[in-house]
Amino acid sequence: MTTGLPQSIDDCAAALLAQGYVAQRELAATAFLALRLQRPLFLEGEPGTGKTEIAKVLAAMLDRPLLRLQCYEGLDLASSAYEWNYARQMLEIKLAGPESKAEQFFDRRFLIARPLLQALELPGPPVLLIDELDRADEPFEAFLLELLSEFQLSIPELGVIRAAEPPIVVVTSNRTREIHDAVKRRCLYHWVDFPDATRELQILRLRVPGASEALARQVVAFIQGLRRLDLYKLPGVAESIEWSRALLELDAVALDPATVQQTLGVLLKYQDDIARVQGSEAARLLEQVRLDVQR
Amino acid sequence: MSSADAKPPRSTSSRPPEGRLAENLVHFGRVLRTAGLSVGSDRIQLALQALQVAGLESRRDFKAVLAACLVDRAEHRLLFDQAFHIFWRDPDLLGRVLAMLLPQAPVAKAGTPPPENRRLAEALFPQPVAQASDDEPPEQLEIDAALSWSQREVLRQQDFETMTNAEWTQAKRLVRQLRPLFDARPSRRHRAAERGRIAWRATLRQEARSATLAPAREAPREQLAPLVVLADISGSMSRYSRMLLHLAHGLANPAEQRKAPRVHSFVFGTRLTPVTRLLKQRDPDLAISAVSRRVEDWSGGTRISDCMHQFNRQWARRVLSSDSTVLLITDGLEQGSEEDPRCERLAFEAQRLRLSCRRLLWLNPLLRFDGFEPRAAGIRALLPEVSRHLPAHNVASLQDLTQRLLCN
Repeated sequence: MTTGLPQSIDDCAAALLAQGYVAQRELAATAFLALRLQRPLFLEGEPGTGKTEIAKVLAAMLDRPLLRLQCYEGLDLASSAYEWNYARQMLEIKLAGPESKAEQFFDRRFLIARPLLQALELPGPPVLLIDELDRADEPFEAFLLELLSEFQLSIPELGVIRAAEPPIVVVTSNRTREIHDAVKRRCLYHWVDFPDATRELQILRLRVPGASEALARQVVAFIQGLRRLDLYKLPGVAESIEWSRALLELDAVALDPATVQQTLGVLLKYQDDIARVQGSEAARLLEQVRLDVQR
Repeated sequence: MSSADAKPPRSTSSRPPEGRLAENLVHFGRVLRTAGLSVGSDRIQLALQALQVAGLESRRDFKAVLAACLVDRAEHRLLFDQAFHIFWRDPDLLGRVLAMLLPQAPVAKAGTPPPENRRLAEALFPQPVAQASDDEPPEQLEIDAALSWSQREVLRQQDFETMTNAEWTQAKRLVRQLRPLFDARPSRRHRAAERGRIAWRATLRQEARSATLAPAREAPREQLAPLVVLADISGSMSRYSRMLLHLAHGLANPAEQRKAPRVHSFVFGTRLTPVTRLLKQRDPDLAISAVSRRVEDWSGGTRISDCMHQFNRQWARRVLSSDSTVLLITDGLEQGSEEDPRCERLAFEAQRLRLSCRRLLWLNPLLRFDGFEPRAAGIRALLPEVSRHLPAHNVASLQDLTQRLLCN
């Protein structure tokens, strides 16, 4: 049953690393437990800290299909779980004639499976990513409770569809609102934080191999400095990777004020933040970076 | 207790001595619960299971495993870390697990500073337990714990009278009249209706039952736009605090649950306190006494700009959506003059708030004076940023508010 699942926390961390994901020890531990205890993994954290990435990496690591459900306000049953194929049902009714039974029109054949139902029925069991649950509304959250605790769906016309083997569920939230405790209680929770300098450097080495060691160090030091500022939207890991790639495109070998000025839009997404960091603040940070890297 | 000195040999098996570990976990869970984390017995069970799966090789993983099972919100992390540090202090964990009887372990002796967090301090050093005579006297512990909060603001319990029945009915009526604060918008969910688009699922169910094809129909449900209440409870506002809290409670607990909009409430004086959960209780007196216990700066000074900054930073993106209404209840008396950078900041933060919601309504009790002129610097900073500036010092003015909102 647990073939291919990691046998220990170390094992799990190593497997994630092999897929190019540098996980904090705690995240590796939580992911390991989620796999072993068959509980959904609930990841909350700032945007761009690698929450969605872990679902993809888990799928690759265990060689399972990945089903992704992107949440949005008003997400309903029809687009998340299942929908009846009305046209086919109508045809069936017409063809069956008057002595037909109601049950035969509500057969599994007429059900169109959407990601949540697919996750229960796919063999192998897949990795189900429920992305940005905070964007969905409360009724949808309540609907998820049954799925997350029992790995089953109740369909009124058909009965209960249960997973032969529970899928691996990863739920992410950017915390634009609080998720109800009832959902969290069924999951293992982990707050995905910004990485520290060492881990971020490790991530850059893995993800942007083209960047020189010196540049990567400077990028990390600069971004770590930015995160200490009081900004509206702190740059995440996704931004550091993106920025390193941008700098590579510009053939930069080291950070200098002009380059930083040109590329700030890759890192900061609020005008107030950009205005704050431009000019003297950036110069101060760069100076700091120079001293840090020399040490 | 006597076994505490005899260290057992370090065992290599990952199987912990069940009984004692479970006992300690339960106790740890109790400590966390008293400190305000929601740790049910199911989570403790889960933690035990998890420990058996993950093993107990190292303290760091032990902590990671417990955190994965027992913490479910980011802001509890620090509390958990402190509690963990104090509770499972000995690095030789397995030996310790065998020999730990923590409730009686004298903490002051061990030289760990008492936790900064007040709830945690109370959870870890509850009413003195009966101790062996060679321990430090329990009172000593209490003093130590108390010292660590002496720098904090002293809790000044605001004494709320209970609400009379008449007041209660009046408040309820009032809240009903505040409906215009909420706009109804069509949601993306549908319900059965007389007219509207064809509801295929319902139609087919009917069809299968009775073989008559009469299409059922559905129309979008109505949804009320969310509301965020920011209420000032500093000294200058103390006369109105109670009524306004009742107002917030009424808004959060509408008569018809079915149509309840999402309401988030915060109170601020020198700091911002989220009180949404506390106001969720149906009984207004219980809810408001819960708020008064939670809030630590009743009738103190005001730092509107700091609190607004804190709100914008930590909460705005979590509780505001593009169609939210924000109800700012304050007199706008920020300390400082025109040139004071604080007022500049207030203007900046107010602008940020205005940009992240649909309407920013300011209820101001000072407006009750005829001939009120916005002379205070804070008021001048706030005024350009609010959509409406309205009086709010008694029930009548709040009813008046309804009219104004309807008129324009």
